[in-house]
Amino acid sequence: MPKITYIEQNGKERTVEVPVGWSVMEGAVKNRVPGIDADCGGACACATCHVYVDPSWLAKLPQRQEMEEQMLDFAQDVRSNSRLSCQIKVSAALDGLIVRTPRTQH
Amino acid sequence: MLTATVPTVGKQARRHMRFVIIGAGQAAAQAVATLASEGFSGSLTVAGDEAYPPYQRPPLSKAYMAGDFIRERLFLKPESFYAESHCELRLGVTAAAIDRAGRTVTLSDGNVLSYDRLLFATGARVRKLPCPGADLPGVYYLRGIDDSDALHQHLVAGKRLAVVGGGYIGLEVGAVARKYGLQVTVVEALDRLMARSASPQISEFYRKLHESHGVDVRFGQAAEAIEGKSWVEAVATGQGRIPADVVVAGIGVVPNCELALAAGLPCDNGIIVDEFGATADPDIFAAGDCTNHVSFHGKRVRLESVQNAIDQAKHAALAMLGKPVPYREVPWFWSDQYDIKLQIAGLVQPGDTAVVRGDASSRKFSVFHLRDGIVAGVEAVNAAPDYIVGRKLIAAHARVAPERIVDTAVPAKQLG
Repeated sequence: MPKITYIEQNGKERTVEVPVGWSVMEGAVKNRVPGIDADCGGACACATCHVYVDPSWLAKLPQRQEMEEQMLDFAQDVRSNSRLSCQIKVSAALDGLIVRTPRTQH
Repeated sequence: MLTATVPTVGKQARRHMRFVIIGAGQAAAQAVATLASEGFSGSLTVAGDEAYPPYQRPPLSKAYMAGDFIRERLFLKPESFYAESHCELRLGVTAAAIDRAGRTVTLSDGNVLSYDRLLFATGARVRKLPCPGADLPGVYYLRGIDDSDALHQHLVAGKRLAVVGGGYIGLEVGAVARKYGLQVTVVEALDRLMARSASPQISEFYRKLHESHGVDVRFGQAAEAIEGKSWVEAVATGQGRIPADVVVAGIGVVPNCELALAAGLPCDNGIIVDEFGATADPDIFAAGDCTNHVSFHGKRVRLESVQNAIDQAKHAALAMLGKPVPYREVPWFWSDQYDIKLQIAGLVQPGDTAVVRGDASSRKFSVFHLRDGIVAGVEAVNAAPDYIVGRKLIAAHARVAPERIVDTAVPAKQLG
């Protein structure tokens, strides 16, 4: 199972196994990683699962789709490596992915 | 004026408090999460009538029914969450009676739980078809995992599905069924789709959308009988007979408030709660689909949504801890049908002025609803920016000129 590392704002790191096909958001929620609210359950409807992807992984991720791009425009402190974690599907190629959670989702 | 409904509970006392939550859905899971994050260390029991720990219902008529989503992904929290939150899940049991004077809940298995604070998170159940033949095999409703699994078995190309009720559930099931190649007919008693919660402009867009996907949409017809011998064969309406191999009825839900009523708590289309989630009994609270509450616009409503379950449960949990904060969040909803995402914020009322932004034929537009010039609601079709901005404008009671709303040259972000 691919391993994903979540790093909180305070520097706390957690590496968890997430099944292929699940989203990076689900990996966080199911493993109780704080800082990812995901109120809508992954429907790209709430923009409360914002993460920063480690720059070394950016090129390996599929591009943002239009809906994600639009929702992100309203998240706090958006950077070039910002993504909605519900829209990142875990695959074998993402084994080792590192994401950081933002200060706030609202 | 804001008044605390319960006295603040001291840390020492809280440690020994017993909280009981009846119902194990979205609101219950959120209440547990909020209690845990607030450091509640007393005893906490959640009793739910289904065999499953709290799970997401929205995918049941969408990705999960379509088979794009395995069951494990539905569960809101891992099992470890409940243990670490000192929460005991009692599944497959219902609450049979409440003794308010003795502060106990009697469960269907005979166990009696004492409580210091009780939360109703009992949700709602489907409204059953009242017509003859409604109990024939082949007639389905959709509320739980088992319902969705049962319907999934019928997603076979060429089968004929009759959907009774043109609301969200029926239409989402219809869209999934079309994807699988079923023949789909939707029968709606009123003259438009999603009439209870969506504006006429949105209803019209969805009629065209479903028709463009080959759905036969019929208005002004109610199911008068379900026909068949040992299995459903047709839906009879006043205007004719719709042959069907499977029937799904999505004609609304009924709040589960009988237990509250039997306990003497005031109910009126839901358990009546104040802005903190408290019932008439200061030790008893309610959250989610089962409540009749004052919404952000100051009027009493009963909402059936994830947002309301989450936000109201947060407030109720805080109030149970003696830290009441009024529930004022703007309601929001969403629906996925085919490749179209509908996002709604606020509550649209008759008499509101609809202002359309963008062109429905482009399948990307929104309808803003103004009440006395103030943004009261927004319905966005594949238009996430309009939805997010609309939600903020609604919360701020902002006044926006209709000319600006219709001008798509003005970016959504600059509408505020």
